Amino acid sequence: MAELTYRDAVAHAIAQEMERDDRVVFLGEDVGKAGGVFKATVGLHEKFGPKRVRDTPISEQAILGAAMGAAMTGLRPIAEIMFSDFLAVCWDFVANEFPKLRYMTAGQLSCPLVVRTGNGAGSRFGAQHSQSVENWAMMIPGLKVVAPSSPRDVVGLFAAAVRDPDPVIFFEHKSLYAAKGEVPDGEIVDTLGTAKVVRSGQDATILALALMVSRAIAAAEMLAARHGIDAEVIDVRSLVPLDTQTILGSVARTGRLFTVEENPRLCGWGAEIASIVADEAFFDLDGPVVRITTPHIPLPAADNLEDLALPTVDRIVERVLRAMT
Amino acid sequence: MSARKGTAAQVMPEAVLANDDIGLATRLKLYRMQVEMRDFEKRAYDLFLQNLVKGTSHLSLGQEAIAAGFGAAMRKDDKSFCTYRGHAHTLARGVPPESVLGELMQRDNGLMRGKGGSMHLTSVEHGVLGSYAIIGAHLCIANGSAWRAQYLGEDDVSVCFFGDGTTNIGAFHEALNFAAVWSLPVIFVCENNLYMEYTPIADVTPVEHPAADRASAYGLPSIVIDGNDADIVYRTARAALDKARAGSGPSLIECKTYRHSGHSRADPAKYRPEGELERWLERDPVKIYRARLLEFGVSEDEIARIEQESRRLVNAATEACKAAPPPPAELLTTDVYADGVWSWRN
Ligand SMILES: Cc1ncc(C[n+]2csc(CCOP(=O)(O)OP(=O)(O)O)c2C)c(N)n1
Repeated sequence: MAELTYRDAVAHAIAQEMERDDRVVFLGEDVGKAGGVFKATVGLHEKFGPKRVRDTPISEQAILGAAMGAAMTGLRPIAEIMFSDFLAVCWDFVANEFPKLRYMTAGQLSCPLVVRTGNGAGSRFGAQHSQSVENWAMMIPGLKVVAPSSPRDVVGLFAAAVRDPDPVIFFEHKSLYAAKGEVPDGEIVDTLGTAKVVRSGQDATILALALMVSRAIAAAEMLAARHGIDAEVIDVRSLVPLDTQTILGSVARTGRLFTVEENPRLCGWGAEIASIVADEAFFDLDGPVVRITTPHIPLPAADNLEDLALPTVDRIVERVLRAMT
Repeated sequence: MSARKGTAAQVMPEAVLANDDIGLATRLKLYRMQVEMRDFEKRAYDLFLQNLVKGTSHLSLGQEAIAAGFGAAMRKDDKSFCTYRGHAHTLARGVPPESVLGELMQRDNGLMRGKGGSMHLTSVEHGVLGSYAIIGAHLCIANGSAWRAQYLGEDDVSVCFFGDGTTNIGAFHEALNFAAVWSLPVIFVCENNLYMEYTPIADVTPVEHPAADRASAYGLPSIVIDGNDADIVYRTARAALDKARAGSGPSLIECKTYRHSGHSRADPAKYRPEGELERWLERDPVKIYRARLLEFGVSEDEIARIEQESRRLVNAATEACKAAPPPPAELLTTDVYADGVWSWRN
């Protein structure tokens, strides 16, 4: 067992997969010699050389296109898109090319690749470098969408993503890169589409993803300590596939559902889950599903405003209390 | 052209034949391919008008020499990437006409069993790694296939066909720079048919040769060829394939050509100036090539045999496709994910 930062876990996860399989190659802007803008890929270039860890021009379409062409002819590419906001620059590949390849070719071709990208707010970068855009990807048939919240899950979910036969968008949270956590020794390979109960409880279910997981746990602790409400917290981990069994099972026990989403309210992933729960577990609910999200705004740069936009521990506590008392 | 009988040796001087870098067998193949493409597409158009070819259809009548020239020059393990205007390129790799027509007619015998449609023809078995309907993307994707070859030390080449209009989209420029800086075994083939959809390329592009004039910006030589002469295309293709196979990097080739029909479906192409089509019909690649075969001493009879065989093939494909059933309903939800399941829920 070693304590790693989330950032080091990324490099460790990539190295683990590159060591295991020669077909795994890695490309992106500044990922090689420079070790990545978030320093999440330090050491890989030295370890695996420029043939496997390749610096690219600032050409997001060329990066994802090359990853796709390589994936469909036998390699297992990992492509980095520096900030997830920039996925919009190469959205054709994410929305039209990778996810449709298998279907359009009636299974003749597949696209086993991973796009890693720095997602999320907290760095005061403003509206074009701070978004959480996993919702963009979630609605596209053919893609898988993963967002780990801990160094351990970075390693386990990344291994699963690289080995997965379908294209996976892997959202790393920028504000988690410095977070530390225990990572067991040896190979860890998770299963995509498995949520994790990170705090068990009886009275309410709180769903969260990535940076919001630790806030949801802190809120649950506060609710238990001060208000006698024992909330279960589930780290969703993967939006596609989505572990509805764990979610529905939890709601069946607690009767209450809250989602904590670091994204604009409109069409957030919590809306989809609320819809599933309303549809399939309506009579398990003791009250309406409550979504705690950012407002429907682009993110501001100023630290006080950015803090106001994101769900905070206090806001989660306040919304749960309001619904339950 | 009047019928000239006799063997090649009787017609061509010995010296010419001895120095002929193409050879009669390849020439016959180039002609056969062009005739088959022509017959196939004319039939596809007829069937479109009868509502048997569904959706849309983009013909490359008049552009056959490019697909044939590359098709004949490419090795079986080379990979091709084409656009929605991809019938000829697909046939050029040896894909049976019936499979292509079945897809255009959206039948169960089609290449993708009706799941792709005319704009997404793919036959991995023949190295046809897809037709891409969004302009520019496949130049980037072809790079990836070329990167795989370079990485694994395989010497197949990825060849990517696209139109002149494509040269104004960002992906074109990203792909060329990327291919050049990584020295990838990829060939970008621009079929400059003078039009994007309905707008002349010259109206929206400040340089005369939209692809070749930009090649030097990426450190590549500027290559413009007569895209209506299959021999010229074949020779150029071979040189570029050899270069790529030898590890000497990508090429960009601009082929000047003309599409005889409209952009897609039943477009009557009214936007073309009077006389333009007629001038290009003089330079019809099939016609040019037929005359060349005669010059090389191929008999009218032999040419007629090739033409009859092509018609027979297209007729047989048409009948087979008319008789083929539509795809079964259960195909609707397969092949979304690798496990064959469309559901995104566990
Ligand atoms: C990104 C994108 N923009 C627009 C279109 C619509 N469109 C389809 S074909 C076409 C013209 C393309 O012209 P060109 O590249 O010259 O190819 P050609 O059709 O002449 O073979 C356009 C604009 C598209 N398919 N993709």
